[in-house]
Amino acid sequence: MIAGLAFYAFAAVLIASAVMVVTSRNPVHSVLYLILAFFNAAALFLIAGAEFLAMILVIVYVGAVAVLFLFVVMMLDIDFVRLRQGFQRYAPIGAVIGGILFLELVFVLGAWQSSGQAEGLRLNAMPEGVQNTVAIGRVLYTDYVFLFQGAGLILLVSMIGAIVLTHRDRVRSRRQDIEAQVTRRTQLDMARVPVGASIGELGILRPPVPEEKPKAIAQDDHAHGGHH
Amino acid sequence: MLDVGLGHYLTVSAILFVLGVFGIFLNRKNIIVILMSVELILLSVNLNLVAFSARLGDLTGQIFAMFILTVAAAEAAIGLAVVVIYFRNTGSIEVEDVSTLKG
Repeated sequence: MIAGLAFYAFAAVLIASAVMVVTSRNPVHSVLYLILAFFNAAALFLIAGAEFLAMILVIVYVGAVAVLFLFVVMMLDIDFVRLRQGFQRYAPIGAVIGGILFLELVFVLGAWQSSGQAEGLRLNAMPEGVQNTVAIGRVLYTDYVFLFQGAGLILLVSMIGAIVLTHRDRVRSRRQDIEAQVTRRTQLDMARVPVGASIGELGILRPPVPEEKPKAIAQDDHAHGGHH
Repeated sequence: MLDVGLGHYLTVSAILFVLGVFGIFLNRKNIIVILMSVELILLSVNLNLVAFSARLGDLTGQIFAMFILTVAAAEAAIGLAVVVIYFRNTGSIEVEDVSTLKG
């Protein structure tokens, strides 16, 4: 009874906040409604008996992903008004496709029924008298350990990818560039000029024009990398 | 009526899924909201998996939901990184501008 009431309340708030995520004018509001939606989904997970996933959802989604969205939305200086153009233009086709999709899902839901053998075909039946977290841990670290490691690998790759994509190598300090010194053109010579002579008498000393194009020096490490 | 069954969860997750798809069509220009819609879709998939897991008494659904969570987090990180560098290069995040890369 109480679980039913709580389910309806959380589901209503979840759907309402999902609507607000989609239709909100300001992306910051969208992110905040997304956080609310995640909290309510975590509550639904709790009602379904998946406590560990509920906590993971709060920690991972609300604590990391939604805050990441918030950072990016606030970091980028976006012209929100221009982004809203075409909103009405795309709404009908979106509504039509969404409606069709929903009807299909309703048909699936109406025609669907559980098999009588479903109980016997369970892969990892929930053990009795064991907490949800313990039960998941028992399965996750034994049967699914390679998948688990693969998930960790995916996270590592995505972390490195995000860093590589967004890292800007700014020139902060003036360092000695040995390669630039070694590959320097040698045509430039030292010249001894008479003391006190002006440029008008001497003319400007210019280096001789090289025949071939000089190599690009400094900053570009790939130029000598042997691509050709 | 007040008993929470599998059908309730499936209904909620279907509505959530449709809302996510609708959001992708509605916010054609704002790629950040599109990414958020994708998160909503993945959340609805997770809800489905957890509901079936609770109904059948099978832990596999919850474990798969965890892996989907992992992939969603990775996707959000990479997607937002791409958005950031795209914004840095062009000064806008309109999806329609991205097609200028074409031919």
